[in-house]
Amino acid sequence: MRFKVGFVWMLGAFAALVAPAPAALAYTAFVTNEKDNTVSVIDTEKLEVIKTFKVGQRPRGIILSNDAKWLIVCTSDDNIIQVYDTKTYEMIKKLPSGPDPELLILHPSGNPLYVANEDDNLVTVVDINSGKVLTDIPVGVEPEGMGMSPDGKVLVNTSETTNMAHFIDTTTHKTFDNVLVDSRPRVAMFNPAGTQLWVSSEVGGTVTVINPQDRKVLSKIHFEIPGILKEAIQPVGVRITPDGKTAFVALGPANRVAVIDTATFKVIKYLLVGQRVWQLAFTPDGKQLLTTNGASNDVSVIDVANLKVIKSIRTGRYPWGIVVAPF
Amino acid sequence: MEKLARRRWEELKLMKADVAAKHRFAGGWRTTVRAGAMAVLIAGGASLAAAEDATTTATPAAPAAAPAPAAPAPDAKAAPDAKASDTKAGPEGAASGDSASVIIPVLLARELRDDPPPLSLLDLPPPDLGIAGAKLAITDNNTTGHFMNQKFTLDTLEEADPAKLIQDVVQKVDAGAHFVLVDAKPDTLLKLADALHGKEALLINYAAPDDRLREEDCRPQVMHTAPTRSMLADALAQYLVWKKWSRWLLVLGPQENDKLFADALRRAAKRFGAKIVEERIFQYESGSRRSDGGYEQIQQQIPTFTQSAPEYDVLIVADEGNLFGDYLPYRTWDPRPVAGSSGLVPMSWHPAIELWGGTQFQNRFKRQADRTMRPLDYNAWMAARMVGEAASRTKSGKYQDLVAFMKSPNFELAAFKGVGLSLRNWNGQLRQPVLVASPKLLVSVSPQQGFLHQFSELDTLGVDKPETKCKAYTQ
Repeated sequence: MRFKVGFVWMLGAFAALVAPAPAALAYTAFVTNEKDNTVSVIDTEKLEVIKTFKVGQRPRGIILSNDAKWLIVCTSDDNIIQVYDTKTYEMIKKLPSGPDPELLILHPSGNPLYVANEDDNLVTVVDINSGKVLTDIPVGVEPEGMGMSPDGKVLVNTSETTNMAHFIDTTTHKTFDNVLVDSRPRVAMFNPAGTQLWVSSEVGGTVTVINPQDRKVLSKIHFEIPGILKEAIQPVGVRITPDGKTAFVALGPANRVAVIDTATFKVIKYLLVGQRVWQLAFTPDGKQLLTTNGASNDVSVIDVANLKVIKSIRTGRYPWGIVVAPF
Repeated sequence: MEKLARRRWEELKLMKADVAAKHRFAGGWRTTVRAGAMAVLIAGGASLAAAEDATTTATPAAPAAAPAPAAPAPDAKAAPDAKASDTKAGPEGAASGDSASVIIPVLLARELRDDPPPLSLLDLPPPDLGIAGAKLAITDNNTTGHFMNQKFTLDTLEEADPAKLIQDVVQKVDAGAHFVLVDAKPDTLLKLADALHGKEALLINYAAPDDRLREEDCRPQVMHTAPTRSMLADALAQYLVWKKWSRWLLVLGPQENDKLFADALRRAAKRFGAKIVEERIFQYESGSRRSDGGYEQIQQQIPTFTQSAPEYDVLIVADEGNLFGDYLPYRTWDPRPVAGSSGLVPMSWHPAIELWGGTQFQNRFKRQADRTMRPLDYNAWMAARMVGEAASRTKSGKYQDLVAFMKSPNFELAAFKGVGLSLRNWNGQLRQPVLVASPKLLVSVSPQQGFLHQFSELDTLGVDKPETKCKAYTQ
């Protein structure tokens, strides 16, 4: 395993020296380090960590406010959401959540915030300006994945032990449908057109693509990698390119990211990244995809156009969540 | 399993309990613990749990009466799990429709045994051992069931007389409880299975680790979530072989269970290339567990007992009841680590494991049971979750549908072990990773890397398909 990481490193160094990657725009990526209680700040042009700052305990889910001024972090063991200034890294305020907040998503309008509380079977709806809890929405056991339809009308939450995608109406805050998926659903992601909902099942080893209109399953995607045990293929993070044509799925301890054609649902390629790859984030121009590799303490950078891993960037311990700011 | 399960990390609650009840100590350890637990719970103001315990301690004659949650009647709302699911349904009430729900009753049958208490105060079994795990699974099932119009109930039978227990279970099965979680001696389990032969009843053994129940004595309608002794021994052996501690000094107790565990360890040594350099039997008088002092003599006895051994790397102890094994660490003649039933122990669950989303699972359990989760609780949780998983996947409450699904290759249970768990289709054993842990922390998880298998690496643990003696299960 060490060898593989080393190889990726070398590959990255080689690519940087001999055939410089197409000049990427400078963006700022923020990575939560679950074990270190820190956030690593990465310059996506230099491809290096420019700052590491302390946050609350066990930081996991991480997003930006719509104006990209706030960095919103689930600090799970503090049972709270922390808000940091994206330029100064100072804490601005805390927002309430239920116990053990894990993943979160904003309404496309920028407010409110929806938080999956892994420890109490609730999705909490929080006004990010007033810091007030608007309501709690009961869902299945161990809520985790949070997906928002592009029009902001439908929130989808996945519950890891109930094994469902819960469809929630964002105006009434009521679940109006529940779709059973394979074991331990982790992430829910709409495509940009809002015509597909992708749900990854970590233990089931599959990704279920659901039609959000009638909640029928469009496809169930399986993965096979020569030399990798079926049990090690554990899909978690899902991201779809802005043109909606290609999906990337992080496969956990298989140490690969699967590249999938969203029209045929066929896997085009498996990209070798670091160990236990979980969450993914595009740069705002869609040219790079960054992956958090928990067990190897690094972030892999994927060149989206060429489907190549171009660099590994050392982070803190157990990097978990990732978000990229447009500056 | 139950005995092997008792570890010494345990709860403050029981310690407090024992202290609180110390002046009453006369009638044996079991009553002491129970009375003490009640005292503490009431003092702590934990209303529901206290109420339950109060009802049971009101009948001191029964050694460890049930926290019996109400009647088996399908509409029973009094069960603790009903409370939890109602809370979930509360503010929102989406697609609930209680009246339209399919009711799936689960029965837990427990044979009360008069086992001698383990050495350590920390290992004393809580009165709801196992039951608390099943309760949590029923709550989890009901949270999901709320979206599926399915409702699960748990009914508990605890009985010291095997004949009476069997009779009661048969009665409940005839009244519609088709899924029975069992914690009983092997012979009782077999008699129960035979008494239910031909009826719509699935037994899930969550306690007995006996290989024979999955092999020569297997039964078609019995599944097992408890890992077998051979699975546990193999898990430990794989780790020790990986560590290159392959010369073992085997110390076993005189009990029948100890001999069975020693058999499993010998088998594991042979399978994975370890060598047992010598075996010694630890004879002891089961005297009183407690006495003022006591360490002085043990400090002399254990070095003597372990001296003049051939060269060895690790002392392996087989003492499932934890009656002497915990005397061995730090007292051996040669400075050697201890593994087996004390020291480094293979087990299905550890109260400190937080991998694979285990933290929330541990928290949920702690909130509900007011103590940490032990292997037997976890095994019972898996057993009741199997029923829930089958019900939600088949969208059915029918016995045949659920059992057919559990026996199908599509059945998979997520149980905080990082991989999906499935049933061995030749004997109904749940295949699962096994933890190898010290009293306070996880050390490793077996199967170890490099132990390969053509079908599933999980089948490198325990008796594999080509070796099985089970014929009845697949009939």
